[in-house]
Amino acid sequence: MAEVKSIAETEEEIVDEFSLFDSWDEKYEYIIDMGKKLKPLEDEHKKEENKIKGCQSTVWMVSELKDGKVFYRAESDAVIVKGLVSMLIRVLSGHAPKEIVDAKLEFIDKIGMKQHLAQTRSNGLLSMVKQMKLDATVYQAKQQMN
Amino acid sequence: MVETLTHTTFDVQAIRQHFPVLNRVVKGKPLVYFDNAATTQKPQVVIDALTDYYKNYNANIHRGIHSLAEEATAAYEATRDTVQQFINAKQREEIIFTRGVTESINLVAYTWARTNLKAGDEIIISGMEHHSNIVPWQLIAEITGAKLNVIPVNDNGELIMEEFHKLLNEKVKLVSVVHASNSLGTINPVKEIIDAAHKVGAIVMLDGAQSTVHLDIDVQQLDCDFFAISSHKVYGPTGIGVLYGKRALLEAMPPFMGGGEMIKDVTFEKTTWNDLPYKFEAGTPNIADTVALKAALDFVSGIGKSTIRKYEDELLRYATEQLQSIDGIRLVGTAKHKVSVASYVVEGVHPQDLGILLDNQGVAVRTGHHCTQPLMNRFGIPGTTRASFAMYNTKEEIDVMIAGLHKAIKLLR
Repeated sequence: MAEVKSIAETEEEIVDEFSLFDSWDEKYEYIIDMGKKLKPLEDEHKKEENKIKGCQSTVWMVSELKDGKVFYRAESDAVIVKGLVSMLIRVLSGHAPKEIVDAKLEFIDKIGMKQHLAQTRSNGLLSMVKQMKLDATVYQAKQQMN
Repeated sequence: MVETLTHTTFDVQAIRQHFPVLNRVVKGKPLVYFDNAATTQKPQVVIDALTDYYKNYNANIHRGIHSLAEEATAAYEATRDTVQQFINAKQREEIIFTRGVTESINLVAYTWARTNLKAGDEIIISGMEHHSNIVPWQLIAEITGAKLNVIPVNDNGELIMEEFHKLLNEKVKLVSVVHASNSLGTINPVKEIIDAAHKVGAIVMLDGAQSTVHLDIDVQQLDCDFFAISSHKVYGPTGIGVLYGKRALLEAMPPFMGGGEMIKDVTFEKTTWNDLPYKFEAGTPNIADTVALKAALDFVSGIGKSTIRKYEDELLRYATEQLQSIDGIRLVGTAKHKVSVASYVVEGVHPQDLGILLDNQGVAVRTGHHCTQPLMNRFGIPGTTRASFAMYNTKEEIDVMIAGLHKAIKLLR
């Protein structure tokens, strides 16, 4: 099995992928495609306490700590958000809590999707990032206690 | 109402010249602005009125003795006269400046309703209200013990009037309904509502946020007791609005907020209130935006609301036809009488995705619940995509939206 890429390396990879696109149409097409491919979350996880609510779309997210790494799974009722979420999972999932907490996630800006962070009311991507980091912080604290 | 200028043919290209923002390019495409029910763009005359005020006669109004204060006061009060004519109020004292419809409704809730309602009384609103015409009444019902009843909505997005008449009885003290729905465009039969409510002794408040820009408003003919307006939805500035109220009701109401301007005499023992309309205008008001509101109303009257309405109806008809031709699109809100709002859902597509992709084509629409969650629940949908048209929109722009929709749907499905 290939060595696990660092968060920064995966970010760089995504930035490279997006650099191939000349237009916004292509970028969105790619994001939508990723959204469609995101593995659906089982219905049992789609409950109130797993909801990250934006004004318009809903994201459900669950995480678990396995062998010192955090693994995320998520889904949304809107496909573009699902695509953005799938990128976040690709970047953050499978890393140690501390790495996730420290991640700068500059790729979002670099691929031109920063507007989706600013529009917190409309799609809650920022809340999504916050929740992922919050989960990591909690796991980090638990690790330190043990 | 006198229309100062009559265009025989509506020249939309000439109209567009008045709105500088329409030259904007968004995501590399010419802006198509279809979010007019949220706020309208501003003509140059409104922008000029704002800068002219700040450049040439900015002063605090009413109490100053110097020339600038006199000029500012005259301009501020001239807007009151213009509003009075615009909605045909009997007296200028019946025009209260507020921050907008939300504040106008809250003013009535916290003054009239709070002092006149008691446990057992009933308030009627409708199933298509904006949250701003729901929440204030819930708060007041909580305080007074009054009960809130709701007129149901049919599948076309029209009020079920038989149900309204059934809700009426002597316990009903207030009916507050939207004149035209922001989510669906439905124009409600407010005259029938007002007359029926008056028969049981209830007063009626109309939310005119959407109707004022499209329909001729004659508060005397309507005989409504309160009417609320937001300037920014009538091509005017944000942060200013109007509460019209019948004089007798306004006289009997306690003040809303305390402060400067709204008083006659202040001692620590007892303070007396200023006369109407100043009793309800505590503190230094939003002078600049009030002054510029006059420019907006004059602009609308200059073109003529009936001329504008005829054109907007044409846009709505065209948009409706075009939307219906797309497979899988369902219009939400198919009332017989509508203002120029086209709300729709696309089967299997989240409104937010559509909104993002249309924005990517330069098309500004609104997606979501439009602050009418109970109405969305009524239709069993999380929200809609809403295109709302103003006098400066064109059929060509509708074509751009339709092409954008085809593209978006292909991608999303």
